[in-house]
Amino acid sequence: MNRWLLHAAAKPLLFLLLFLPWALLLWGAMNDSLGANPAETLIRSTGDWTLRMLCLTLTVTPMRQLTGLSGLARMRRMLGLFAFFYALTHFLCFAWLDMGLDLQSIVADIPKRPFILVGSAALLLMLPLALTSFNGAIKALGAKRWQTLHRAVYGVVLLGLLHFFWMRSAKNDLAEVGVYALVVAALLLWRLARVWRDRQRIARHG
Amino acid sequence: MHFLKSRGFVHPLASHITPRSAYLTRRAWLTAMGAASAATALPLAARTAAPGKLAPLPGSKSAVAGAMTMDKLTPYDDISTYNNFYEFGTDKSDPARQARSLRTRPWTVSVEGEVKKPGSFDLDSLLKLAPMEERIYRMRCVEGWSMVIPWVGFSLSELVKRVEPTGNAKFVQFVTLADKAQMPGLSSSVLDWPYVEGLRMDEAMHPLTLLAFGLYGEVMPNQNGAPLRLVVPWKYGFKSGKSLVKIRFVEKQPKTSWEAAAPSEYGFYSNVNPKVDHPRWSQATERRIGEGTLLTKKRPTLMFNGYEAQVGQLYAGMDLQKFY
Repeated sequence: MNRWLLHAAAKPLLFLLLFLPWALLLWGAMNDSLGANPAETLIRSTGDWTLRMLCLTLTVTPMRQLTGLSGLARMRRMLGLFAFFYALTHFLCFAWLDMGLDLQSIVADIPKRPFILVGSAALLLMLPLALTSFNGAIKALGAKRWQTLHRAVYGVVLLGLLHFFWMRSAKNDLAEVGVYALVVAALLLWRLARVWRDRQRIARHG
Repeated sequence: MHFLKSRGFVHPLASHITPRSAYLTRRAWLTAMGAASAATALPLAARTAAPGKLAPLPGSKSAVAGAMTMDKLTPYDDISTYNNFYEFGTDKSDPARQARSLRTRPWTVSVEGEVKKPGSFDLDSLLKLAPMEERIYRMRCVEGWSMVIPWVGFSLSELVKRVEPTGNAKFVQFVTLADKAQMPGLSSSVLDWPYVEGLRMDEAMHPLTLLAFGLYGEVMPNQNGAPLRLVVPWKYGFKSGKSLVKIRFVEKQPKTSWEAAAPSEYGFYSNVNPKVDHPRWSQATERRIGEGTLLTKKRPTLMFNGYEAQVGQLYAGMDLQKFY
């Protein structure tokens, strides 16, 4: 298994896989096959895919620790960058299709509507992470500082979840939000449990 | 051209230059133009061609002021596949798939409360209650999209007059079907079932307030609220209850389903108003379904959905920011 993950084709293959939903949406938009309200379909789907990519990104480390497949770590950066790519597309779809690229009304809308404010904050928080995703940035920042910075991804996923929850809040229809919340909770609790266990060990062994 | 030919150039046929798909569209367009001119030649006949999917239900062109907007009709496929009808699921594509299980016959509507002649009306007697009219209304959803729909039905006032409301009847409550056996969406608690809506008496009596039994010259598709529904064109779509089973005349303003679910977001009146935002989005513009391409700009939303001339006086002196 680990040999497959380390294979030269593994990353390009994953790239194509992660790009596929985006390509299908573009294909649908060009062929008018996204239903009666294609703008709404695009905005919602890109939002859904952002959350999915974020969850996948956060799955890499627990999976690696559980299975010992060190090759998984190679995929983390690409997953994170795809999350940013989908988030950016999501924002552009909103700004272009919903707001007609009218900068004034976009800026006016952001503080007026908490769920848009929260979504925008999540995107902004992703920006420094995307910009420092290359190897040179890790060297320049130092691994320790780089890692601290990139812990902001936990904030991003929580803001993204809140954004989705708020969007759905009027309807008593939170099943879908609940599924994402459970996945995110499991991924974050796993990390907390490990931190707690490590502290215990250190305490025991002095 | 002849000098080209003399040099041995073989001039292509027109059909070789124009792609087949293009000249086929041209033919469809010409046919449509023919149909349109036939429609203008018969001013009393309905303007729309029936899609041939369901039983015909013709209506003559309505004479009610404001009832025949000239906006381009939304395609039947969009009207019948993009629906908010939570009894059949919360996704807009759910009702078209799931509403097949709805049985629309036998169907009765009970009329009760503050009326001198309460009673139960079966569908056939309702269909014969007044002449069917075609009415082309704009429909504006609170979510920020709109359609133009050729409904078939008659003014709700026709029914109201027959049951003779008493002096105590100040509001009308509309109760819609909630049958777990037919409606899979009822198993989720999105809203309190049954879905209820209400109008003030003068709103209910307004000639534009429509009891609709069909659209596009045919009986109502299940997913659009068969066999009969309300249509109040100057209010957000959710005010127009689908698959009505009870009409109750009451003295006090009834609580509506959306008011109960999210009082800060939905009021009793819910008149279309570009100046009163929904807390989560602006109501200043709307996306017209089926119009243009993905990049077509949204349209400005009109006060009372463009029916201000007809209904504005109902709200004279009211603070519409407060009574949203």
